[in-house]
Amino acid sequence: MTLEIRGLTRKFAGCNALEEVDLSIAPGEFLALLGPSGSGKTTLLRILAGLDFPDGGEIKANGRDLLSVSARDRKVGLVFQHYALFRHLTVAENVAFGLRVRRWRTRPGRAEISARVETLLERVQLAGLGSRYPAQLSGGQRQRVALARALAVEPDILLLDEPFGALDAKVRVSLRRWLRGLHEELGLTTIFVTHDQEEALELSDRIAVMNRGRMEQVDTPERVYHDAASPFVCEFIGSANRVNLSRGARGFAAAEWMPGPAPWGDEVDRAIAYVRPQHLALDVSSAAGQRGWLAQLRHIYLAGSVAHLELDVPALKQQLEADVASEDLPRLGLRAGMTLHVSPKRAIIFPASGSEPGAETRWVWNGERAAAVVPARGERVVNGIF
Amino acid sequence: MRKRILPGFGLSLGYTMICLGFIVLLPLAALAWKASGVGIMGLLQLLDAPRARAALMLSFGGAFAAALINTVAGFLVAWVLVRYRFPGRRVLDALVDLPFALPTAVAGIALTALYAPNGWLGQPLFDHGIRVAYTRLGVGVAMVFVGFPFVVRTVQPVLAALDREIEEAAESLGARRWQSFLRVILPLMLPAILTGFALALARAVGEYGSVIFIAGNLPMQSEIAPLLIVQKLEEFDYAGASALGAVMLVFAFAILLVLALLQRWSRRWAELPA
Repeated sequence: MTLEIRGLTRKFAGCNALEEVDLSIAPGEFLALLGPSGSGKTTLLRILAGLDFPDGGEIKANGRDLLSVSARDRKVGLVFQHYALFRHLTVAENVAFGLRVRRWRTRPGRAEISARVETLLERVQLAGLGSRYPAQLSGGQRQRVALARALAVEPDILLLDEPFGALDAKVRVSLRRWLRGLHEELGLTTIFVTHDQEEALELSDRIAVMNRGRMEQVDTPERVYHDAASPFVCEFIGSANRVNLSRGARGFAAAEWMPGPAPWGDEVDRAIAYVRPQHLALDVSSAAGQRGWLAQLRHIYLAGSVAHLELDVPALKQQLEADVASEDLPRLGLRAGMTLHVSPKRAIIFPASGSEPGAETRWVWNGERAAAVVPARGERVVNGIF
Repeated sequence: MRKRILPGFGLSLGYTMICLGFIVLLPLAALAWKASGVGIMGLLQLLDAPRARAALMLSFGGAFAAALINTVAGFLVAWVLVRYRFPGRRVLDALVDLPFALPTAVAGIALTALYAPNGWLGQPLFDHGIRVAYTRLGVGVAMVFVGFPFVVRTVQPVLAALDREIEEAAESLGARRWQSFLRVILPLMLPAILTGFALALARAVGEYGSVIFIAGNLPMQSEIAPLLIVQKLEEFDYAGASALGAVMLVFAFAILLVLALLQRWSRRWAELPA
């Protein structure tokens, strides 16, 4: 079903959990609500489920007002973070619950209920465990029981609150790939809440990044990662080096780095650039005419396929993190303690008002390799020269 | 034997058994020994005596009815105390324990004064043809009073620990309020309710002090078994008294055993190997 959320506001004592949130969700879409704790993502999910009510705004489902429908009539499948299974009922009874509480006119017969439960348990790979109690299951199994229970009522939307939060890393990865497969099979509109960006990037069709009750960006995982719309998204998704720029005689500069003509007027005299660790070019040759900042390599943290380099840049009075593929370490001849030159290949730059960067106009800087980037609303793509 | 992580199992079990032996088992054994003086035939004769039978019926029947009333009322009070926030909640919470603290004789005298035909409550009830004091009804009232805190205090913590998400899950699956209550809340509360019921019942069966003041103690009518035992003692009929005591003990034990089994059944979902 199509969901249209307009101007949704929810106030709790003293603070706004949601502020004028707009979001539309297409049928069959797999959407992640991503944000730090307290960003309002769970509040939004609970409002969609009918367990909480907004102070303002509206939600339309297929054009009809959803907020006037009670939770029990919404046809929303909800999977709680801690599953909220009925621990006095067996797995099969848990799954059958939503069917058994129906009015007798719409309630399927006993045989049909047990057949449907059986099918669902097979679908979530729990066939044969129907007579167990939740206490006898592992975390991943309980998670799938909660999912089967939510699917049993044939919901129009599936809502998942931190679906993998309570599981260990291995189970989490396998379960989320499985969930992605299940979504492709069922084609059910699915919204899930997470604070784990990796999960959101891997699973979803679109990510809605939330911060302090506001939508920061709603976009595909690729665009959220590569074309962050706001400073918050830059810092929250992946890791990014934050470099301060100030306006000098020849435009904005951070020590030796000058990205070129800025898209802003003269009223902006300071800016902040976000550079991803993999967008830092390293130059270890000692020949003259090297570009970039002189840096000392403090540490090499080997994290599997990627190595994180901790660089000390005296000219900026700060540390930078650069990522290289582990197998490139010997080829580049990198070792702790050496000095090298480092320069950004790509950056997203925001004008700084006061100390916090503002989101007004984004400057996507693509270094010298002038890749044509289609500018979005209110942004200019400028290629600078080092 | 498997190695245990917690130390002192042997010591603590031995200590417990000795305490239990001196405080509980020894008096009970003495009771059984004294009662055995009457013999099986004597016991059967005792049970055949109409007065003893009436007293036993009143003690157990009244206790059963009082425990049932306490279960419903206690559950409601626990529900209100846990689920709602209102001025005076803490005061009400503290009042629940009062029947524990009050000397039973004081409770009995207070209840008698209240329910006597010229008392505050007894007068209007008497005008409607209902007599409470000096009748079986009065016995029931006293038994309800002394057993009241048990159900509240056993149900309250379990209800407070009940996860609200479980009810939200039930609602989101389409359950109406009464369905959530009957299918989710009540089954989860049943073990605690049964425990409270058993405690209230046991307390009411053994209650003496408050009942004798309000009961009027008419033989065959409002005389409870513990009073009959005291009377037999006063007549130096030690064997008869201990025989009646032993009968009460057996009945009480049988009832508590059944309740314990029921309680175990009601929480079968919690006691399973993982």
